[in-house]
Amino acid sequence: MLTFIVRRTLYMLPLLLVVSLISFMLIEIMPGDYLTKMKTNPFVTQQTIAEMAKRYGLDQPPLVRYWYWFKGILTRGDFGTSFETRRPVFYTLFEGGRLMWTFIVSLTTMFVTWAIAIPLGIYSATHKYKLSDHTLTFFGFLGLSFPAFFFALVLLWLLVGVFHVGQHGLGIGGLFDNRFIDAPWSFAKLGNFLWHIWPAWLVIGTIGMAGLLRYMRASLLDTLSLQYIQTARAKGLSERIVIYKHAVRNAINPLVSLLGLSLPNLVSGSLIAATILNLPTVERAFFSSLTAQDDYVIMGALLFFSLFLLIGNLVADILLAWVDPRIRYN
Amino acid sequence: MAKGFWNRSRKKKGAREVAQPGYVSRSQSQMIWRAFRRHRLGNIGMVIIAIFALLAIFADFFAPYPYAQQFRQYPFAPPSSLHFRSEEGTTVRPFIYATQRTVDPETYAPKFTENRSVKYYIRFFVRGADYKVLGLFKSNIHLLGAQATDGTQAPLFLFGSDTFGRDVFSRTIHGSRVSLAVGPLVVLIAFPIAIFLGGVSGYYGGGVDMILQRIGEVFMAIPGFPILLAAGAALAGLGLSPVAVFLGIIIALALISWAGTARVIRGQILAIREMDFVNAARAAGASDVRVILRHIIPNVTSFLVVSATLTIPGMMLTEAGLSFLGYGIREPMTSWGQLLNGASNIAGIETHPWQLIPGGFIVISVLAFNFMGDALRDAVDPFSIT
Repeated sequence: MLTFIVRRTLYMLPLLLVVSLISFMLIEIMPGDYLTKMKTNPFVTQQTIAEMAKRYGLDQPPLVRYWYWFKGILTRGDFGTSFETRRPVFYTLFEGGRLMWTFIVSLTTMFVTWAIAIPLGIYSATHKYKLSDHTLTFFGFLGLSFPAFFFALVLLWLLVGVFHVGQHGLGIGGLFDNRFIDAPWSFAKLGNFLWHIWPAWLVIGTIGMAGLLRYMRASLLDTLSLQYIQTARAKGLSERIVIYKHAVRNAINPLVSLLGLSLPNLVSGSLIAATILNLPTVERAFFSSLTAQDDYVIMGALLFFSLFLLIGNLVADILLAWVDPRIRYN
Repeated sequence: MAKGFWNRSRKKKGAREVAQPGYVSRSQSQMIWRAFRRHRLGNIGMVIIAIFALLAIFADFFAPYPYAQQFRQYPFAPPSSLHFRSEEGTTVRPFIYATQRTVDPETYAPKFTENRSVKYYIRFFVRGADYKVLGLFKSNIHLLGAQATDGTQAPLFLFGSDTFGRDVFSRTIHGSRVSLAVGPLVVLIAFPIAIFLGGVSGYYGGGVDMILQRIGEVFMAIPGFPILLAAGAALAGLGLSPVAVFLGIIIALALISWAGTARVIRGQILAIREMDFVNAARAAGASDVRVILRHIIPNVTSFLVVSATLTIPGMMLTEAGLSFLGYGIREPMTSWGQLLNGASNIAGIETHPWQLIPGGFIVISVLAFNFMGDALRDAVDPFSIT
């Protein structure tokens, strides 16, 4: 197992290299190079420009500049400097608890998605071809077909335009109402957080939830048609034990491998939710850096997203080996 | 159920005894088509896609106005309210009143009031702006228009208007061209790459396979959406024409998405390569190209069709997301996602919610493609009983 993890971790390196190359190329295509942007900014002194030019090789040809950037990451952990904030990329992307909120939003979304989709999938499979199954299947299809951003907009319209939640003192967007932002944690603050986070769960999680529901239904139906289930029933076990102890446990295994595949959806969903619902996450910082064409921040964020996906995939694979003893990585 | 089954088989047996009449042999594709026709939702999906495709092809005819036409006096006009009864209370053909935009002196909130003196009836085949049918014949006939009895016209906003007073309904119909074209065009670029690389990988194996697989894994592990956003931002800065940006987006989508398909094709070809009929063909002296084109490709065709149908909705959703965030399709070109870009803030949604309507078209068409893909997948599965 350990060798597997080490090998997979080493394997990430060439991948990150490729992503760094791709993002550098995209930045090169964008108009206006960093040095010119610095020179046109009246708040930047000649001295800073000269300093930066030396540190990042800004007056050098692209390949050399890439090498400076790459070397900076490896030797100093220096991902570059933001043009907008004029602070290191690392702070621009992660400060103010952004990294923490990204993880909290992603992990809670994932948890809620599984907590809802798995029981519904089991219900759908055990009530095959009944009205409730058809209804769930239909909603599953609908969930797969709803673009996350459109869902967010419709949700906002319902909350603001139809239910007028603002009149009841409930804010929309962000993670807290203003009065709670700096307040210490309390039940009222937690309640306020939950009120702000549920639209994000819906927006980010719906596509994954719909997919998971369909897979769970299909997987459980497959398992239920196997002979050991027939044996269990023939032994006279109660239906509850047959389903939850014998069938569901085996049916869930293939879903764990879906965990890794669902991560890109999680990233794109979080990006859209962070933009529309104004969540203080890394995704939001990435989006503002795109608008500002903040070269190094964009590159740093793309690297971060790749790392996020790679680690997520690794965790999913480890989890798969853990829940399914038949799989061992040797 | 059981009874019907026995009846049917007896009939068949009888038919065989009397020799040919009533006994038909069907080719593989006929059987798939029959199975597909039995899938109700899949058929509904196919019909919806066909209708949308017609709307897109003849968009100039179905849309009352060209997509860039601005009614400057009518920014953010709400959808025209259709009246079905005249003042006398008799039912007449639907008509609208021309509206007048006024601004509330205290709140500065715009208000549209109806001018009830002239009725503009909804008429079919109204003459309007010039366009070319399929780029060939000149015409100025539009399906719908609001016209008074003396021939004057009033702007008809079935879905309201946007910030420049452009008709959202017309723009939705014109936007279907881009939205519906994206998916098939991406498939057209990504699938040949996937078939070639997956095919080479699966057929020859060995070192080539190893290298191609590693490359594919890289493409599958990169964070697609953020990279596409960055690519969109880069494209936008190049000062290209909208059409070039559109093509650029399609190429970017294709480059990001070929790897998954290539991997599955490789797996399929790996399995088919070992089958006896392929060995037989090889033993008979068939060249590699012949084996691939005549013996292997036909066996993966049905898979390719299904997988293409199911790739399209994903691409549509991605394009819509990119355009919505402002890094996809550029003005003055429009797509359903780009149309929603105008409705991206809370205040805007509250005051002019009709800008959300184009999103419904995304949902319906993606749903239709998903239904159709699902039905096709069931239909091409030779083990499912039909």
